[in-house]
Amino acid sequence: MAEQVLMIALSPTMEEGTVVRWNKKEGEFVNSGDVLCEVETDKATMDYESTMEGTLLKILVQEGEQAAIGEVIAVIGEEGENIDDLLESIKSEKSGIKGGGSSSDQAEESPEIHVKTEKIKADAGTAADSRIKASPLARRIAEINNLPLDRIKGSGPDGRIIKADVEKYMEKKAAPEVSVRSIPPYAVQPSSGDELIPASAARKVIARRLSESKYSAPHYYLTVTAAVDKLIDTRKRINESLPDKISFNAFIIKYAAEAIKKHRMINAAWQDDNILIRKQIDIGLAVALPDGLITPVVRDCGNKGIKEIDGELRKLIEKARNNKLTPEEYQNAGFTISNLGSFGIEEFTAIINPPGSAILAVGEMKKMPVVDEEDNIKVQTQMKLTLSCDHRVIDGAVGAAFLKDLKDIIEDPFRALL
Amino acid sequence: MAVITFREAIRQAMDEEMARDERVILMGEEVGEYDGAYKVSQGLLDKYGEKRVIDTPITEAGFTGIGIGAAMAGLRPIVEWMTFNFSLLAYDQVVNNAAKMRHMSGGQLSVPIVFRGPNGPAEYLSSQHSQALQSIYAHAPGLIVVAPATPYDAKGLLKSSIRNDNPVLFLEAELMYSWKGEVPEEEYLIPLGKADIKREGKDITFITYSKPLRLVEQAAQQLADMGVDAEIVDLRTIKPLDEEAVYQSVRKTNRCVIVDETWPFASVATHIGWLISKNCFDYLDAPIEVVTSEDVPMPYNHTLELAVQPSVEKILDAAKKVLYI
Repeated sequence: MAEQVLMIALSPTMEEGTVVRWNKKEGEFVNSGDVLCEVETDKATMDYESTMEGTLLKILVQEGEQAAIGEVIAVIGEEGENIDDLLESIKSEKSGIKGGGSSSDQAEESPEIHVKTEKIKADAGTAADSRIKASPLARRIAEINNLPLDRIKGSGPDGRIIKADVEKYMEKKAAPEVSVRSIPPYAVQPSSGDELIPASAARKVIARRLSESKYSAPHYYLTVTAAVDKLIDTRKRINESLPDKISFNAFIIKYAAEAIKKHRMINAAWQDDNILIRKQIDIGLAVALPDGLITPVVRDCGNKGIKEIDGELRKLIEKARNNKLTPEEYQNAGFTISNLGSFGIEEFTAIINPPGSAILAVGEMKKMPVVDEEDNIKVQTQMKLTLSCDHRVIDGAVGAAFLKDLKDIIEDPFRALL
Repeated sequence: MAVITFREAIRQAMDEEMARDERVILMGEEVGEYDGAYKVSQGLLDKYGEKRVIDTPITEAGFTGIGIGAAMAGLRPIVEWMTFNFSLLAYDQVVNNAAKMRHMSGGQLSVPIVFRGPNGPAEYLSSQHSQALQSIYAHAPGLIVVAPATPYDAKGLLKSSIRNDNPVLFLEAELMYSWKGEVPEEEYLIPLGKADIKREGKDITFITYSKPLRLVEQAAQQLADMGVDAEIVDLRTIKPLDEEAVYQSVRKTNRCVIVDETWPFASVATHIGWLISKNCFDYLDAPIEVVTSEDVPMPYNHTLELAVQPSVEKILDAAKKVLYI
C-alpha cells in the first residue's frame, strides 16, 4: 500500500522548506532512517530521514521547489504498485485549493516573481485548508459576518482560529483602504533593470526576528575603548606554542563569560513579565553567510578554557558556512558577540539577538596616539566595544559595570584569573 | 454585620430551625453530650433536651434508616454523619429509601430530612477518610445536594434545607469549619438551586463550589494581576443545578474552567462540562478545562496529599490553557 511522504517541521520555526537535493531516485529502495532528501529550512539545511520503508515511487516536489509542512513531497510503496489514483487525488486536492487553473508548472514557468509568491501562499493554504480548526465561537462569528475562515490565520493550538483572530481579521478588513492611502506607498515601483528577488526562508526569519527584537526590546547602547596591546601580546605568546592559532573571538568570548559571571543580569531574558536569569553562559557569535547570517553558540563558556572554546568555535563556524548547523547549535544564546573589526569598522551598534538581552559589537583594532600619565605621547592599540542592552532586563548602570569589567579583563588578561 | 465561623453559622441555622419547628430533631454520633465531633452542635442538647438531640450508636446504616423512617412518620430530622466517608455504610438507606419513597408511594410519603457533615479531604487522614463523595450522591435521582463555601451561604442554605420537604445532602468540610465570614443578625433564607456570582468578570468563567472556592479566588486574583478579568460562579447547590447561571456566565466569557474536589471520572465537574458543551457550544472559544483531584486514593504522605488535590497552580495552568496564554 503506497504511502504519502509529507513535508515535516525540521526546525521549530519552520513553516515551509525547499528541497535542495533528493538523495534517492524514483524507483530506488528506501530503508527507514535513510536520508531521503535535504531540505533547506528557515535556518539550515537538514537531512530528511525516511520513517517508511519501500520503493520511492514518485517525487512530487522537485529539487529547488518549496513545500509547506504537511504537503505531500513523495510517494513510497511497493515496487511496481499502481499509484495513479493516489496521485490524482493528491493533485486534485492541490488544484482544488488553487482555484483549478493555475497549476504549479505554469507558475514556475512564469518569470515574474509575484506569481511565484502567490503559489507559495496557495500551497501553504493547502495543508491548513483540508480541515480548518476553529473554536465554535470563532466559527459562529465568522458565519454571522460572512467571513471566509480559510483566510483567517489561527493563533490557538495547532493553528486553531479563535475569537481574537476573527476580530482581528474584521478590524483589518474594516479599515484597510484608509490606512493604506493615508501613508505613502512603501514599495518602490520597479523600473527597467531592477531585480526583484524572493527572500529566502532564512532571510525571512532574520527579517522577522530582528524586527521583533528591535521593536519590542527597548535598546540602549554603551561604548568603551579598550587598550588591547596586552591581549595581542598574550595571544601571540600562547599561539607560539600551539599548532592551531587561537582566534581573537575566542578570547573575547572567554573574557565576556568571565565578566558575565560578575553580572548575571547580562545573561538573562525577558519572558512575559518575568526575568529568566540563566545559569549556564551560552555565547553566540554572529557569522556572516553568503545569504544572511547565523549565530553558532558555544555552550557553557563559563566552565571552558579559551582553547576549548576556540576548538568548538572553529567547528561551529565551519558547519555554519556549510549550512550544516543543527538548531541546537544556533539557538538560545544568552549573550551574543558580533565582530566587524575585520571590515575596518571602528564601532557600530548591533541589534539584540533574542532570547538574549545584550549583544556586544566589536570594532577594529587600531593603533592610536595616547597621552600617558607622564604626558608622553605613545602608541597604543585600541578597540571599541559597544554593548546593546534590553532595558527591560539590564539597567544602564548594570550594563556599564559589566562593560567596565570586560574592558579591565581585556586590558589586563590576568584579571580573568581573579 | 457579625463575623462568625462556618461552624457557628451551621449551629445557628439548626438552633433557629429547632426553635421555630419542634418537629426538627438532630441525631448522630456524639452530637449531644460531646457537642459534636467538630463542635457544630454545641449547646443544642442543653437547649432542646435529649428527645430532640439524640446521641446514636456507631451504626450509620441504622441511625440513617431511623432518621428516614422518622421523616416519613412526620418529623424533620437532621442526621449528622461524623464524616461523609462513613455515610457509605448508609448509602443504601439514602439511595433506596430517602431518595425513592416519594416516587414509589405515588406522592403519599415525603422524606423531609437533612444529612449533613464534613465531606472531602482534610489533612493527614489518608485514603479512607479523605473522600469527596458528592458525585455519587448527585448521581441518584431524588436527592438535593447542597455545598456552600461561606458562613453566610451555609446558614441561609441549611435553613432552607431543613424546611425543604425532600431529602437534602448538606456538604460541609472539616477545614471550612473555622472559616469566618459576615452573617447578618436578622433571619434570612437562601433558596436552594441558586448559584452565586462570587466575582464578576468578562474574560473567563470559573465554576466551583464548596472548599475549592478559596483556591479559585486566589487564582482569580493572580489572573487579575496579569490583566485577566475572571468571573467566579459558586454553584452553592450541586443538584438541582443552576444551569442558567452557568450558561449565562460562559456565554459572556466564552471560556470555562470547572474546579471540583471530586475524582474526575463521572463527576459533578465532568457532567457540568458536558452540559456546557451541549448548551453553549457556539459560544466556546476554547475547550472546557476541568481541575479535579487526581484519580487515585488519597496518599497519606502530606506532599503527595496536596499534590493530588486541586491547587492554585493547577487552576492557573488550566486558565492559561483556555485563555491561550
